Amino acid sequence: MTSPSLELVASDTSGQSDARDRVAALALSEMTVSYGGKPAVFSVEARIPEGAMAAIIGPNGAGKSTLLKATLGIIPRLSGRVEVFGVPLARARHRIAYVPQRASVDWDFPTTVEDVVLMGLSRELGLLGFVRSRHRQFAAACLDRVGMADFASRQIGQLSGGQQQRVFLARALAQRADLYLLDEPFAGVDAATERAIVDVLKSLKDEGRTVVCVHHDLATVTDYFDHCLMINLRKIAEGPVASTFTEANLQATYGGRLAGGHLEQLRLPA
Amino acid sequence: MGAEFVQLSLTPLLIGVLAAIACALPGNFLILRRQALVGDAISHVVLPGIIIAFLVTGSLETWPMLLGAAGAALVSVVLIELIRRLGRIEPGAAMGVVFTGLFAAGVLLLEQSNTSRVHLDVEHALYGNLESLIWLSAESWNSLLDPVALADLPPELSRMAIVAGLIILLTVIFWRPLKLSTFDEGYAAAIGLPVGLIGLGLVMAAALAAVAAFDAVGSIIVIAMFICPPAAARLMTDSLVRQIGWSVAFAAFSAVIGYVLAGYGPILLGYDNAVSAAGMIATVAGVVLLVACLAGPRRARVGASGSSGI
Repeated sequence: MTSPSLELVASDTSGQSDARDRVAALALSEMTVSYGGKPAVFSVEARIPEGAMAAIIGPNGAGKSTLLKATLGIIPRLSGRVEVFGVPLARARHRIAYVPQRASVDWDFPTTVEDVVLMGLSRELGLLGFVRSRHRQFAAACLDRVGMADFASRQIGQLSGGQQQRVFLARALAQRADLYLLDEPFAGVDAATERAIVDVLKSLKDEGRTVVCVHHDLATVTDYFDHCLMINLRKIAEGPVASTFTEANLQATYGGRLAGGHLEQLRLPA
Repeated sequence: MGAEFVQLSLTPLLIGVLAAIACALPGNFLILRRQALVGDAISHVVLPGIIIAFLVTGSLETWPMLLGAAGAALVSVVLIELIRRLGRIEPGAAMGVVFTGLFAAGVLLLEQSNTSRVHLDVEHALYGNLESLIWLSAESWNSLLDPVALADLPPELSRMAIVAGLIILLTVIFWRPLKLSTFDEGYAAAIGLPVGLIGLGLVMAAALAAVAAFDAVGSIIVIAMFICPPAAARLMTDSLVRQIGWSVAFAAFSAVIGYVLAGYGPILLGYDNAVSAAGMIATVAGVVLLVACLAGPRRARVGASGSSGI
C-alpha cells in the first residue's frame, strides 16, 4: 500500500511539470478491447496526470468511447490494467464519476430530474437508505451548479438534449468524485449548454479534480483542454495539448483525412 | 356472499390475484428494459422444464417442478443469447425462435410421455385449473379461523402467497439497484453494481413467478400479467413507484373482475356454461391496457417511442 504518499500527492495539485513522478489520476496499460469480434482498441496506454483537463480524441470508430467503457469495466477488455490514483480500479470506484453518452439511455423512463441526480448518491444511500431532506438539498445544489435548479420535479422525457446532458453532469457532481470521465458531453447540445458544461468542468479542475472527456470537436480542443490522448485503434500520441496537438499527430490520428483548410481553423500550437 | 363463496370462489380469487401481482411486478422492469418478450419466453419454456422434471423424478411435487422450470428458464436465456450472438439475429427474433421451439418440444414430450395418469396436459398448461382450486372444508367465513379447515386449503394458495411475498420483498430490497440498472446500465456498472447479476436475478424472479403461477392459472394469465398491467400502468404516471402501484392495482382488478365475469357473465347473458377464468382474466387485462391506451393521462408523452405526434 502506498496510501501515505498518495495523500501527499493528492494534496499537491498545483502545476504539472513533475507529472512523471506523481501518481497519475488514470493510468492505462496494454488496454486491448474487442468489439463484435474485431479489435476496437489495441494496446493503448495512457497516463492522465492528476488535475488535468484531458480530451480523448480520434476519428469516428477510433475506439474512444470503447476505451472509456472498457476502462470502467462496462464492457470487458481482452487485456490491460487500469489504475486510478495509483490503486486498481476496483478499489477506486468511489473516486470516479462517469457521464455516459446521452443517447445511451431511454429518456422516456418514468422518473424525475431530481431522481436521476439522487442516483449519484447510490453508494451513500446503499440498498435501503432513505432519501432525506439533506440529500434533496444536495441534489438541488448539484442541479443549481449546472443551471437546472428549476427543473428538479420535471419528468426527464420533457427535457431538451442539452438539459438532459446537464442533468447527467449534475448526477456525476453528486458523486463528489476526484476523477470525472465523460463520454462526448458536448455531442448535440446547444451553445449555452456547452458553455455551462465547460464552466462546470473548469471549476472541477480548479478544485484539483481530474476531468477526462471523449471529445470529437477538434476546434475546441485547445480552448477547453490541457492534456490530450489521440487514438485511432492504437495510441497515436499523448501529452500536454501545447506540445501534442500538432498537425503531424492529427494527420497520423485521422489518417490524412483532414483537409488543409480544416487544420488552419484549429489554431494549432506552433 | 356466504359459505358458497368461501368454499368455491375465495381461494381461486386469492390465487388469481396473487399470481397476477407476482407476474406484474417483474413485468414492470422487463418492459422498461425492452425485455417484455423475456416474460413471454419464460412462461412458454416452463412447460418442457416441468415435464422433464416430472419424467426425471416421477412426481408433481413443488420443488422438482420449480427446479425443472427454473432450469428451463435459464437454458432459454442462454439459448437466446447464443442465437443472438452466433446468428447475429435481433433479440426479438431469437426469443421468438427459442420460446416457440421449446414450447413445441414440451408439447411433444407431453404427448409422448406417460403423463396421462397425472394432471398434466396441454390444455392445463394453457388455461391452468383456477376453477378447481376450491376449499372444500370451508363452511363459512369462520373457517378462516378454523385450523382444521385451514389445513385443507389448496396447496397452490400457500405456494403462490410465498412466491408473491418473496417477489414483493425482493423488489423492495433491490429497488435502488434494479431501478438504476434498468434506467442506465452503463452508469450502474461504472459505480460498481453487478449489472449482469441484477439482470439475471430479475429474469429468475420472473421465472419463479411464472412457475408458481403456471400450475395454478396457466401460461395465458402469466403472459398477460407480465405485460398488460405494467404497460397500462406506464400510461398512468411518470413515476416508477406509482407505475408499480398502478400495475399491482390493474393486475388485482383484472384477476377479480375476470374471475367474476367468467363465472357469472355468460349466465347473465343467458348462456348455460361459465367460460375459462384464465381466458377471461387475460382478456380483462387486455381491455385494461386498451382503455389505458385510449385514456391514460400519460399516453401522449413527448419522448415516448412510437408516438406519432399527431
